[in-house]
Amino acid sequence: MTGPETPLEPGGTVEPAVASGVTGLADGEWHRLHPATPLLRGGFALVVIAGVIIANLRERFVEWFLPGTVCVPGDDNCSGRDPIDYLIDEGYLLIALGAVLGIVLVCIVFFWVSWRMHTFRVTDEVVEMRSGVLFRTHRKARLDRIQGISINRPLFARIFGTAKLDIEGAGQDANVALAYLGNSLADGLRADILRLASGSRAGKAAASAPGPAGSLIDRRVAELLAPELDPALVAPESVVRMSAGRLVGSSVLSGSAVFLVAALAAVTTILVLGSTVAGEFYWILFSLVPMVFGLGSYLVNRVVKFLRYSIAGTPDGVRVGYGLLSTRNETLPPGRIHSVAVQQNLLWRPADWWTVRVNRATRGSSSDAGQQAQQSTVVLPVGSREDVFRVLELLLPELLTTGGGDVRELLERGLAGTRGDDDFTTTPRRGAVLRWFSWRRNGFALVPGAVLLRRGAIWRDLTIVPTPRMQSVAIEQGPILRGLRLAGVHVHTVAGPITPRIGALDVEDAQRLFRDVAGAAVAAAALDRSHRWRSLEE
Amino acid sequence: MSQRQDTAGSAQQASAAIDPVPGEWQRVSGKYIVVDLLGTFVSAVIFVVGSGVAWFITREPWFLVLPGVALTIHVLIAAFTPRRIRAIGYRLRDDDLVLRKGIMFLRVVAVPYGRMQLVDINRGPLARAFGLSELKLVTAAAASHITIPGLAEADAEALRDRLVELAESRRAGL
Repeated sequence: MTGPETPLEPGGTVEPAVASGVTGLADGEWHRLHPATPLLRGGFALVVIAGVIIANLRERFVEWFLPGTVCVPGDDNCSGRDPIDYLIDEGYLLIALGAVLGIVLVCIVFFWVSWRMHTFRVTDEVVEMRSGVLFRTHRKARLDRIQGISINRPLFARIFGTAKLDIEGAGQDANVALAYLGNSLADGLRADILRLASGSRAGKAAASAPGPAGSLIDRRVAELLAPELDPALVAPESVVRMSAGRLVGSSVLSGSAVFLVAALAAVTTILVLGSTVAGEFYWILFSLVPMVFGLGSYLVNRVVKFLRYSIAGTPDGVRVGYGLLSTRNETLPPGRIHSVAVQQNLLWRPADWWTVRVNRATRGSSSDAGQQAQQSTVVLPVGSREDVFRVLELLLPELLTTGGGDVRELLERGLAGTRGDDDFTTTPRRGAVLRWFSWRRNGFALVPGAVLLRRGAIWRDLTIVPTPRMQSVAIEQGPILRGLRLAGVHVHTVAGPITPRIGALDVEDAQRLFRDVAGAAVAAAALDRSHRWRSLEE
Repeated sequence: MSQRQDTAGSAQQASAAIDPVPGEWQRVSGKYIVVDLLGTFVSAVIFVVGSGVAWFITREPWFLVLPGVALTIHVLIAAFTPRRIRAIGYRLRDDDLVLRKGIMFLRVVAVPYGRMQLVDINRGPLARAFGLSELKLVTAAAASHITIPGLAEADAEALRDRLVELAESRRAGL
């Protein structure tokens, strides 16, 4: 089950197979998950049930060991409502104990069977998972369509030294979730799957980082205290980190924080003036107070979630990781980014902070928290301009390497340029009625391999759509635009937070953009090999 | 169609309307105008009757405003239907399919063949009575939104097979 270089996991999976790659789990045979899986999945429920039972029995335990401290014998008030007394008095104790024991046994057997039935295998072409006892599920995902692999470690699972491996396919709820695997197995299996998916013919296994040595407890503690990103895995110059101060500062200077302050001010005003003037405005509190709590928890969540954030380049794609207690890191193979938007709101401008979002073909299942699905589209929550360029270099390596300094200058102007006299083709003067502040900025530029759309004077936005990922392109014109001899262009990519659409262009410019983009998309798609990103090596 | 070609020829100097790929377009069947008009008629009946219920119960004259508005909208839609449907055009180019639609709100879409995920043929009850089908292309982007209505059944099937064949020969990743 493990190669010679990985430490043996306690209670690891099946029989030792011929090691291929880092873990030997990707050998085309069926394997099982970590035996603690049922406990971890139902873990929270078990803790709650145990807590309720203990809370109910607490006084009884005290009574057993120290008679007379809680209940004075013969005092009816003390034990009248206790269900345990009722059971003893009515002679149902044995039946009750038997029932509890039976339920526990059935649960254990069911968990054990479901663990036995939950198997997965990784072959050269597909990853497959079989699960379910009564309702069997068999899910198969093609390796060359993998959109990303994430490893989630909720706090509870981290304590047990396990991790959840999510293999993300294209589309809604297209994940193959392997929950839970041992920590080092999860990391190794991801490396193996990515190597198989890359189409690499070299077949060489990436060196795995040796896990911390020592006793079980020592290893757990070391894992909990280890940095989220293992420095041995990546080239240090490719790592972008984020300081906690900047994260807090950016949250304070965000739109939600402004709303929060306004809402708080309104609440205080109403409370202070409550008795005299604003008495009839008390009903507003019913909507304001939940809003304050909602916004506040959103901001705190954002800070906590992205603490210890890092983004780094690995040979098999970009690795984005974050989290303090529950950690999450995700590897996006090359060619899985469908569009990139670099955005800045007005409050961030003095500090020159930017955020980077991406559109990806995968969308989390509906059972996932919507917030988590949304967060995975943010690759840089906040960063300086230098950070933005390093992230862009990781996300779209071809763009910056082939273009060299020119593209970098173009991107600079795309981010902060406000005049229309640069390389961007912008809205003509007559379009200013539709783009009051941004008409000088609103424009596009074509570079080899990508389309750049620059928008917004107040909320600045530079959208980059790589041509090999474009699905189709449309040119649109309504009556108002026609009256002004303008038109809009919409580049279609997979759905996500970014809509690459640019309006109010001169008709001739828009038609040229449409023709160029349509041609570039065809040419780029014909040359694109990124679904097997290493197949051209050697 | 001849009128279309005229504008295409003189488009370069002053036309404010978009025409990014001038040239001949494949048109949809003229019978589709009838189908669409019948559909508009059915919808008009439903909306006018539905919004007229209030007037029928109360006999208050200003409740007639709603059915009046519904009727006007449908008459306007019907008046533009023939032009709207004659404006639908598609063209199979070497590497992509181009579809144009609309007179007030013009839209031209280009889809590379390699990007097609599937091709649907739908037949509504009215269209089936006239032997027509609707072809729908799906790409990985929901925004693409490409439907070609009013194709003769045999044409639709031939076009679908041709598109699938073209997509197969230019297969690309996502």
